[in-house]
Amino acid sequence: MTTTNSSMAAAPVASRWSRFRGSYLLYSFKRDPVAQLSLLVFIVLVGVAVLAPWLAPMDPYDLAQIDILASELPPFWIDGSDPAYVMGTDAQGRDLLSTILYGARVSLIIGFGAVALQALLGVSFGLLAGYLGGRVDAFLMRLADIQLSFSTLMVAIVVGALVKAAFGGATYSDYAVPLLVLIIGLAEWPQYARTVRASVLAERSKEYVDAARVMGFSSRRIMFRHILPNTLSPIFVISTVQVANAIISEAALSFLGLGMPETHPSLGSLIKSGFDYIQSGSWWITLIPGAMLVILVLVINLLGDWLRDVLNPRLYKG
Amino acid sequence: MIAFLIKRLYHALLVMFVISIIAFAIQDNLGDPIQQMVGQSVPESEREALREELGLNDPFLVQYLRFAGNAVQFDFGYSYTFNQPTTEVIMRHLPATLELVAASTFLIIALSVPIGVYSAIRPRAWLSRFFMGVSIVGISIPVFLTAIVLIQIFAIGVSVAPFPADTGWGAWLNEALSTDGGMPAYGRGDPVNVFGTWDSNFASLEGLTYLVLPAVSLASIMLPLFIRLIRAEMLEVLQSEYVKFARAKGISLRRIYFIHALKNTMLPVITVGGVQIGTLVAYTILTETVFQWPGMGLMFLNAIQRSDVPLIVTYLMIVGLIFVITNTLVDLIYGLVNPTVKLTGKPA
Amino acid sequence: MALLDVTNLDVRFALRRGDVQALRDVCFSLERGERLGIVGESGAGKSVAAFSLLNLIAKPGYIAGGSIHFDGQELTAMSDRGLRHVRGHRMSMIFQDPMMTLNPVLTIGEQMVECLKAHRRISTKEARAISLRKLEQVQIPSPSARLDQYPHELSGGMRQRVIIAIALLLDPDIIIADEPTTALDVTIQAEIMALLLELCEKHNVGLILITHDLGVVSQVTQRMLVMYAGRVIEQGPTREIINDPQHPYTQGLINALPQMATPGARLNQIPGSMPSLDNLPSGCAFHPRCGFVARADGSTRHACTDEVPDFVTSGNCRVACHMVAEMLDRERIPAEEIR
Repeated sequence: MTTTNSSMAAAPVASRWSRFRGSYLLYSFKRDPVAQLSLLVFIVLVGVAVLAPWLAPMDPYDLAQIDILASELPPFWIDGSDPAYVMGTDAQGRDLLSTILYGARVSLIIGFGAVALQALLGVSFGLLAGYLGGRVDAFLMRLADIQLSFSTLMVAIVVGALVKAAFGGATYSDYAVPLLVLIIGLAEWPQYARTVRASVLAERSKEYVDAARVMGFSSRRIMFRHILPNTLSPIFVISTVQVANAIISEAALSFLGLGMPETHPSLGSLIKSGFDYIQSGSWWITLIPGAMLVILVLVINLLGDWLRDVLNPRLYKG
Repeated sequence: MIAFLIKRLYHALLVMFVISIIAFAIQDNLGDPIQQMVGQSVPESEREALREELGLNDPFLVQYLRFAGNAVQFDFGYSYTFNQPTTEVIMRHLPATLELVAASTFLIIALSVPIGVYSAIRPRAWLSRFFMGVSIVGISIPVFLTAIVLIQIFAIGVSVAPFPADTGWGAWLNEALSTDGGMPAYGRGDPVNVFGTWDSNFASLEGLTYLVLPAVSLASIMLPLFIRLIRAEMLEVLQSEYVKFARAKGISLRRIYFIHALKNTMLPVITVGGVQIGTLVAYTILTETVFQWPGMGLMFLNAIQRSDVPLIVTYLMIVGLIFVITNTLVDLIYGLVNPTVKLTGKPA
Repeated sequence: MALLDVTNLDVRFALRRGDVQALRDVCFSLERGERLGIVGESGAGKSVAAFSLLNLIAKPGYIAGGSIHFDGQELTAMSDRGLRHVRGHRMSMIFQDPMMTLNPVLTIGEQMVECLKAHRRISTKEARAISLRKLEQVQIPSPSARLDQYPHELSGGMRQRVIIAIALLLDPDIIIADEPTTALDVTIQAEIMALLLELCEKHNVGLILITHDLGVVSQVTQRMLVMYAGRVIEQGPTREIINDPQHPYTQGLINALPQMATPGARLNQIPGSMPSLDNLPSGCAFHPRCGFVARADGSTRHACTDEVPDFVTSGNCRVACHMVAEMLDRERIPAEEIR
């Protein structure tokens, strides 16, 4: 029984792979150098961020490795630099390259975590609203409207401020990563919910859903087996943009002091801590992490743009 | 028209009701006014008496109604840090924020419409590609980072020498790439009082120079979004049958672009864009922090750091009110521009 | 010389993988006041032909060759400004879907006045007066009120009347109507068609009517073209073609009409479907669907699969078909000489 299962499982995988190879997605990817470069840069950045503990010259969380005398050293191409610190050091004498690698890791973890939460909330609420309609729909969509009209950043700042006030600064710092995931996840779910609801409404009126209902399938089965797969491509497209947004939101919160503490910095808190030294001429402490953040967000946005052009049937007119 | 207004008003009140519940919940759970009023040394019995006197032991509904009744009269209590009525504190900071938002809005509209329209009319021109490239980079730069870069370039100054300085062209290029800085990037300077408590940066040339960098960085967050939105909508409108028909009528291209297409393009832009302008208020928190611009956003952040709960609550209520007003205005303008909306609340 | 003379019109769409030819060797002419029908399945190139007359083909499309001679002028060689003067003025168009054709944010009056002002130096007041007169001509109820209404306040049939009024505004020589009734309710279709016919006759306006409805063509037009896969395959007086179609495809079209079927039996469909333009079969584009590639004696006519057929004259009609040519055993006429 198990052998037949595994052999049968192998067949669809192979056909899926060949279907992907023949797909329009891959075809247009091969013809788009911007998308290729973006993907390459993105993979490299995620790679170095994930491997930060092995790649970074020093551990910025380890106070014993910090040499306060080596603070505010410039990067290698400027006079007065120390070859031990390629990108220079920050005001506390931490190696900037190491803090950036670790910071990118924190930013990416929060970005992806928050988007996973948004997607979970948004897709569930969107499916519920679109499929059940009536009061549930009205309530959820009104809530989404209010939240969106306030701008997600505002909601994140307010929720962040309140959580911080409620738990106190020290506790907030200790649990900053899960809290930020929660805050950004709660702030941005309406994007998903609206899109999913719209596709559900569009799909629901199609004949195959009627057919499934006539055949006596349960609502849940119709929703997950029949409607959800058809909403996947818009979900996929927003997800890329949302990861970029979540990373920016995290950076903004950290910059305002509502995010990652300086002892455990993300790219945003690195920019914040460096900003205090910009007047004294040490621009690199804030601008090098800033450049890293921009490149990371930019490649994600470029990939998102490309995906939208390829997957969106409204734009795909030949 | 009246039915439309009533419906909008009902919506607005509903939203304000939700906001007030949230604000009240915050005040009820986070602030302990007794602590703030009397400090640690007062014995518990006295605190209890004070609590009773202030009505803090009343049922939730009674307390909320009291809160809402005061809120309607713009009475949100006293700020702990300023020792003044919170509304007064807000009113003092409001003009700075509104002027910043107004200046940014002006920049956004003045730049995004021509650029968006141009890149839709000539989608293949190198200038359009350039604008689209810049706008996607612009979207990817957080507003506070734009602000920092602007400060570095225009306030602090950049001096680079990548080219040999001993040659004439090298020195010239080095000079061209370097900046002197010197633009004001801290606070509002010396704004001129126009009336009441309204100090304006628009009233003097010097005041305007203080406004430039903050307004540009605040605009930078929305400008790319608007350009892309206008371009996308315009491209779609230019594909429409009525534009083809207008061409078949022999109308000039200029009239087709600016009368036939632009008006239809602006309809969705007004809805989406109007709301976005409202959300600029949220981004002022970041811009004002970087530039130490003494507006509501900076005040709010300070209030958070000092746990000034009444001020936080007032800010939320006022900003909520601003959002609700912008959204209502946007709907109203949309209804006036779009003939298919008869302002009865139902699109025809 | 006819009012409009189209010779060897060649229209292509520049796609990334190369050009696709949408029209090949299209030739026809139109006398003043004459009504011509262009018939074919969707995708045959009828609309492309109509839009290319005023050089209004959408972007990747362009006129690659041939000539469009109109009243002493060569339209393919004309500047954009010159063409603009012809559009809406000497030749005007009626589009398929009246719900999409009028600009939703401009009033009917604005859309009529701008057209007049684009071609004549007149005041808004005069332009409104002319517009009102045209709205009266198309028999719209309470025409003066319509001028200040927006399109969404009018029904589909009324909007198509407005569009006909716009087409007539400057007393054009030719109106090109691209399936003008397809998007309307069946009950209104006949009304609109009758109105269009009446106005064209009354004002001696030429009409190029694009449709797939052979019934309408036979009622309205004097001459007709049948198009298949970007090519004209048969043309001549409408009555002769309808009564005695020569080309196997035209025969198939007419046999496919519901009234030609025996009651209770299946409709006479043409087997297969039209090939896509970027992948045309060799020889005659119709040969894979044609029942006459095999001769009556069972032998195969190789010309059908190998050579693109030229036109032959049969009565007052011209037909591009090897079978007809063989049957008539006539001299072939090279395409250049067909007018």
